[in-house]
Amino acid sequence: MEISHILSWVTYLPALVAAVIVLIPRGSDKAVKWTAFLGSCIIFILSLHLVFHFDASQGSMQFEESHAWIKSIISHHLGIDGISLFLVLLTTFLTPLAVLSSWQSITRRVKSFMICLLTLETGMIGVFCALDLVLFYVFWEVMLIPMYFLIGVWGGERRIYAAVKFILYTMVGSLLMLLAIIYLYYAHGGTTFDLVEITRSLSTGAMQWKTVQEERWLFLAFLLAFAIKVPMFPLHTWLPDAHVEAPTAGSVILAGVLLKMGTYGLLRFCLPLFPAAAIEAAPYISVLAIIGIIYGALVAMVQPDLKKLVAYSSVSHMGLVVLGIFAFTTQGFQGSTLQMLNHGLSTGALFLLVGMIYDRRHTRKIADFGGLAHISPVYAAVFLVVTLSSIGLPGLNGFVGEVLVLMGSFASNKLFGSLAALGMILSAAYMLWMYQRVFLGKLENPDNAAIKDIGVREKLILIPIVLIMLWIGVYSEPFISRMEVSLEHVQQRIVNARNLEKSYWVERLSPSPQVNE
Amino acid sequence: MNNTMVDDLILLTPQFVLVIAGMTLMLLEPFTAPAHKNRMARIAVVAAAVAALSLGSQWRDNPHTILNGMFIVDNFSLFFQWLFLVILGVSVLISMNFNERESINRGEYYSLLLFACSGMSLMVSSYDLILTFIGIEILSIATYVLAGFKKNDIRSNESSLKYFLLGSFATAFLLYGIALIFGSTGSTNYQAISELVTATLEGNFQTTTLIGMGLLLVGFSFKIALVPFHSWAPDVYEGAPTPVTAFMTVGPKAAGFAALMRILVEALPFMADAWVTILWCLAILTMVLGNVVAVLQTNVKRMLAYSAIAHAGYILVGIVTNSDTGFSAVLFYLVAYTIMNLIAFSVILSISGIGDTRVELDDYAGLARKTPFAAAALSLSLVSLAGIPLTGGFIGKFYLFSAAIQKGYVGLAVIGVLSSVVSVFYYFRLLVYMYMKEPEETTPAPEPMSLHIQIIIVMGVIGILWLGVFPDHVLSLADYSILAP
Repeated sequence: MEISHILSWVTYLPALVAAVIVLIPRGSDKAVKWTAFLGSCIIFILSLHLVFHFDASQGSMQFEESHAWIKSIISHHLGIDGISLFLVLLTTFLTPLAVLSSWQSITRRVKSFMICLLTLETGMIGVFCALDLVLFYVFWEVMLIPMYFLIGVWGGERRIYAAVKFILYTMVGSLLMLLAIIYLYYAHGGTTFDLVEITRSLSTGAMQWKTVQEERWLFLAFLLAFAIKVPMFPLHTWLPDAHVEAPTAGSVILAGVLLKMGTYGLLRFCLPLFPAAAIEAAPYISVLAIIGIIYGALVAMVQPDLKKLVAYSSVSHMGLVVLGIFAFTTQGFQGSTLQMLNHGLSTGALFLLVGMIYDRRHTRKIADFGGLAHISPVYAAVFLVVTLSSIGLPGLNGFVGEVLVLMGSFASNKLFGSLAALGMILSAAYMLWMYQRVFLGKLENPDNAAIKDIGVREKLILIPIVLIMLWIGVYSEPFISRMEVSLEHVQQRIVNARNLEKSYWVERLSPSPQVNE
Repeated sequence: MNNTMVDDLILLTPQFVLVIAGMTLMLLEPFTAPAHKNRMARIAVVAAAVAALSLGSQWRDNPHTILNGMFIVDNFSLFFQWLFLVILGVSVLISMNFNERESINRGEYYSLLLFACSGMSLMVSSYDLILTFIGIEILSIATYVLAGFKKNDIRSNESSLKYFLLGSFATAFLLYGIALIFGSTGSTNYQAISELVTATLEGNFQTTTLIGMGLLLVGFSFKIALVPFHSWAPDVYEGAPTPVTAFMTVGPKAAGFAALMRILVEALPFMADAWVTILWCLAILTMVLGNVVAVLQTNVKRMLAYSAIAHAGYILVGIVTNSDTGFSAVLFYLVAYTIMNLIAFSVILSISGIGDTRVELDDYAGLARKTPFAAAALSLSLVSLAGIPLTGGFIGKFYLFSAAIQKGYVGLAVIGVLSSVVSVFYYFRLLVYMYMKEPEETTPAPEPMSLHIQIIIVMGVIGILWLGVFPDHVLSLADYSILAP
């Protein structure tokens, strides 16, 4: 049986749970934690409904619902397709784990913390489901506030600097995107902000750009907002600060889901709305992506701090996702979409693991550790699996995504493909080197002798992630088959735009019949 | 007295109510014991309510002029009069406890507020330059006195004197402008001016008219604190008693904008090219300078003074578009802006402590621990001022900038949103102090808020969220109340 308005339920239930938590009297932190955990678990189970009822053969939006909201031009239009399906699931999957991970590490203002985390979940799911441009923008911005508080209130020493930097960076991009959204609305005739309708009029030719410049500028405005979020190379500086200062749960959500909003935006808005501009910009963006891959990897290599290392590895891995998208090939698209999911899982897991060791030792310096495998074997084993997943070992999830992206980008540009592969080698180097320094060798630092291995709660957090990593690594078909058709739609837009351009040049260059006579 | 005369007078009921209530309070003042001064505040609130009710029957499809065409009754004036009466009521209610605390609880205070409100009502209903001028003066003189109401406080004195001197200066500009327009067109009536130039002169206005319009703009720019005529505002807003600052940042500003819009649209539409260009420049200067200088402020009242300047810049964007959507956005924005500013100042005045001195950023450190309710309300109003979605401030900015883009002012919109990114910095800095810093041990917890203020804040919070989530009602009301350009 299909539940009606399922997307609204999944989107707003977290906010509802947060509202319930508001009502819980002060001082009963335990009740707060349990409500948040059980609530987010229920939301996850509810979101599984989406997978079971998802029609993989259909590329258009599913579970759609639409109500007029403001002045009948802005609508509350939700829907998901193969691109957003797994991102919604990733969000609902990571949130309960984030709640669990803060069980003991968050001791002050637990209630406000959980409220922030759950409203953040509503914002993130909303971003992935919204099909009205203004509604999308509303979720996109509203989500900033809880994240700002998560970093700024529960963060590390330089938390305020990090929080302010995070919000200012994001705001610059998103406000210009808002203007582009409004411009798009008037360019479309001033009737609707509905993404599906605008894309349709663009693809049928009912709506045409007045000038090439118009499309370029709009593309750039959207691109800026998403590139900051991803983050792409020169705009990435907010990320290490935000990651290092955020509490574990914040880092998990930030790396696991928030960064995906950028690449999701590229796939959902930039490409289908402005294909011609995207084709024009692709070489430049690919170069930036490759710089990001290699630069991120090199910087990660020299980081003395575990969390910073993972943060820079995100810059590198997200560069790969962007590269795959702008290759405009089937494998590239599939690989990137899958890699978004993989990166969410493996980086999320890495932050969880770093958080666990930080809870025990209150340090994240790599130099403070060494030989941990002797005293916490389970922890070391899980860490190894996650590390291998992150560097793309066959049999684990990272491999499938990376290979697809590399194949895709190689097909479109051999140089780009090879450079990206070089980045992957670097990623293996810094991750394994880090692993070696932290876990292998002799246990030299006496402070580490008392470290306890991970407990039941922590195993509960890690086991589901590891299982899914294995699943995707061994049998990725169920995931890819659901993305495929939707991605073909995006690709079709690019192909059409290319053909249009080609036919334009053919027309211009070939001698016209009149001249022949 | 014939029947039309009686009908006309009935339309003036709100003005009569305000003025009579103001004078009654002055007469009652010597006979009221100091302990009972709050009764006078209640009379003022009742007067505001009666005036608001008496406006109820005045919605109409066609504008109607009375008093020989000097006074106009239309939806535009009605919309603003209601806004002013709400501002009046809220200002009186948030002043009561403050005035007791500062021992300035006197009847004149409330009668001055009533007079100021009647001046504002006159400004928006006037259809003649002279009557507009009288309205501005009634408002200004009342606010000069209000700004200096704490007569033993040197900052309040400074505020009042500065406001008075610069205000008089602005008045001179206004009068000069009115004189030149009258001299070149032969009339002070809006319709007559417009008809003379468009019909008789076929749009070829004299240079004197242009200069007159320029001087008029200078005068108004002083009154609504547009850059570069804003220099008085921060000092005056900082020094005045906080409830008066609250009133000044919303009431006179909204009235100034309304009167300016009416003059530009109804009296001087033939010079639209000129005033659009001038206002375009002023809007950019005001948005950029207001927001950038606000970043440097450590005094919260002063910071909000610069924020008020910046918001005047945003509102100006709507007037620059010279279109239905732009004007409607201005009306909506003024409503949202009024609510958010009144909430912010209600919180500020209730935690500013005896002497009204605890208004530095440091005084807000850890406020969320001490008074979570006040901190949450202030945060919401700041978030709304910054234009984050789900608040009235967002919808307001959204409509203003849509109007700008619709009319092709993309550059203006881009500068507007970039300057509002700057504003995020200083609004959120206050959030940083309230939520992310530890309170200083030495500062005492602020005394509990009075019930009035709590109710007002709760209503304001509901209002902001309502405007942000279900803006349709107020948007259609604004659409229904605009002046046709």
